[in-house]
Amino acid sequence: MALQSTEMVRETPPRPATPATPVTPVVQLRASEPAVAPEAAKPCIVASHLSAFFGNTAAVRDVSIAIPQNAVTAIIGPSGCGKSTLLRCFNRMHETVPNTRVEGSVEILGSSIYGDGSSPIAVRRHVGMVFQRPTPFPTMSIRANVAAGLRVDAKSHAARGATSEIVEEALQRAGLWAEVKDRLDESAIALSGGQQQRLCIARALATRPRVILLDEPTASLDPLSTQKVEELVYELRQTVTVVIVTHNMQQAARVSDGTAFLLMGELVEFASTRQLFTAPRDARTESYITGRFG
Amino acid sequence: MIGLTYLCAVLATLPLLLILWHLIVKGASSISLAFFTHMPRPVGEPGGGMANAIVGTLILIGIASAIGLPIGIGAGLYLAEKKSTPLAHSVRFLADVLNGLPSIVMGIFAWQVLVRPIGHFSALAGGVALGAMMIPLVTRTTEEMLLVVPTSLREAALALGYPKWRTSISVVLRTALAGIVTGALVAVARIAGETAPLLFTALGNQFWSTSIREPIAALPLQIFTYATNAYEELHQLAWAGALVLISIVLVISLAARFATRSRFGAPVD
Repeated sequence: MALQSTEMVRETPPRPATPATPVTPVVQLRASEPAVAPEAAKPCIVASHLSAFFGNTAAVRDVSIAIPQNAVTAIIGPSGCGKSTLLRCFNRMHETVPNTRVEGSVEILGSSIYGDGSSPIAVRRHVGMVFQRPTPFPTMSIRANVAAGLRVDAKSHAARGATSEIVEEALQRAGLWAEVKDRLDESAIALSGGQQQRLCIARALATRPRVILLDEPTASLDPLSTQKVEELVYELRQTVTVVIVTHNMQQAARVSDGTAFLLMGELVEFASTRQLFTAPRDARTESYITGRFG
Repeated sequence: MIGLTYLCAVLATLPLLLILWHLIVKGASSISLAFFTHMPRPVGEPGGGMANAIVGTLILIGIASAIGLPIGIGAGLYLAEKKSTPLAHSVRFLADVLNGLPSIVMGIFAWQVLVRPIGHFSALAGGVALGAMMIPLVTRTTEEMLLVVPTSLREAALALGYPKWRTSISVVLRTALAGIVTGALVAVARIAGETAPLLFTALGNQFWSTSIREPIAALPLQIFTYATNAYEELHQLAWAGALVLISIVLVISLAARFATRSRFGAPVD
C-alpha cells in the first residue's frame, strides 16, 4: 500500500526567489507521488473571482482556482480561513445557510453551476459531499442509506431494478462491502464511527458523481479509521475528482496530489503537494507548513 | 442531600400509586363485562354499565385528535422550519399561552362558537374544545422533536440532491417521527380525562348516542354525575369508571413509551 511506504523528505530543492531560511517540512510526503503540477492537468472545477459571504462578512475572498480532474486536491489552512466555505461553494451548499451569498463563478466540467439554467439540486446530484461527522440517516437501513441519493432522483426510477447492484458497487468502492454485506438491512447507526463515515462515502458515490467533496472527513475518527478513509480517498482519484478539506497537514501530504493553502479567505498558494510542502513560493505558506502559526 | 432527592423521587411517584391503589380497592369489584357492554340503569335496578360513556369518550378523543393532531403537527413543522420569522415567534408565544389556559375557558370558547350558534349541545362542540387544547401541546412537542434532529442530517440530505421539502419530510420528519408520535399520544392522554371543557359542550347523555351532532356521554362527565349523586351504588360505578378512565390513559402512555423506540429498537438520538 502506497501509504505505508512514506519517507521523511529532508531535501530542500533549489527554488527561485524563495525566502532566506530553508524549509524544513513537518510532514511526510508520499514517495511515489505523480509529478503532475495542478496547472498542467485537465481542470474539473474552475472557480473565478469567487467570493462567499455570511451577511456582509466575506469568508472566501476573490478565489480563482482550477482544480484538476481525477486527482485529489487538498485545501488546507488555519481554522476559520474559509476552507469549508470554499468547498461548500462547489456544490451550492453555502447558500442553504440563511443570509449568505456567492459572487463570481464556478464551472464544473465546463458548465457553470451558478448560471441561469443551473439548479442547486441538479448540481448536488453530480457533486457528492461527505461531512466532518458521519451523517447516516438513523431511520434507514444500511442498504437504504446507500440508495438514498438514488431514490430521490426521479430519472433513476427506471433503473430501480439495478439498485442492489449499485448499492453493492458503491459499498465495494467505499471498502465497506465485506464488513456489511451480511447485514444490509440492519440499522446504519449500529455501525462504528469509521464504518458510518465510509457508509456516507458509499452513499455519495452511489449516484456516480463526477466530483466528491470531503469536509474534514476524518476529524471525528480514530487513527485506524482515519487510515482506512485516507486509503480510500487515495484510490478514489482513479475514477472521481476529490477535493478534501483538512486542517491536518500530514493528511494533506499523504492523500493529495495538489494542495491549496487558504488564509483569511484568500487563496495564498496552489501547487502540487510536493512543491507546496517542500518549496512553497509564498512566505505565508512557508510559515504555516513549518508550524509557525495555525 | 442525595438522600433528600431520593425521598423526593419516591414521593413524586406516590400520588399515582396511591390513586391506582385506591381506585383498584374501590372500583375493581364493580368492573365486569357488563360494565363495558351495558347501558346505565335507573337507580335501584342492579347491574348496568357505562358502555355509552366509554364509547362517547373514544368518539370525543377521535374528534379532538382529528382537529388537534394535523394542525398541531403542521404548526410544529412550520416553527421548526422557519425558526425566527415574526409569525413563528408569535405562534410560539401564543401556543404557550394557550397551553396555560384553564380548560374551562376552552369549554366556554367552544360553547360560544358552536353550541350557541347551533342551538344545542353536541359531541362536535366537545371534540372541538378538546382538540383546541391539544393544538398547543402537539405544536410545541413536534417543534422540539424536529429541532433535536441534527442540522448535519438535513445538510446530508440536501447535499445528496434532496429538494428542501423532501428533506423536511423524508429525513427530518421521519427521524423525529417516534418523538412526534409520543408527543401526540401524551396530548391524547392529557385530554382523555378532561371534564371541564365538556360540561357545556358535550353535556353528557344518559342514552346511547354516537352522533356527533347530539349531546354525548363521556367517562369524566359520568363519573362527575355519579360521584355527586346520593346513591351508594352509583358511587361504586363512579369508582369503576375512574378506574377504566385511568386505565385508558395508562395504556395510551405505555403506547407512547413504546413508540419512542425506533424501528431498530434503539432510541433515536
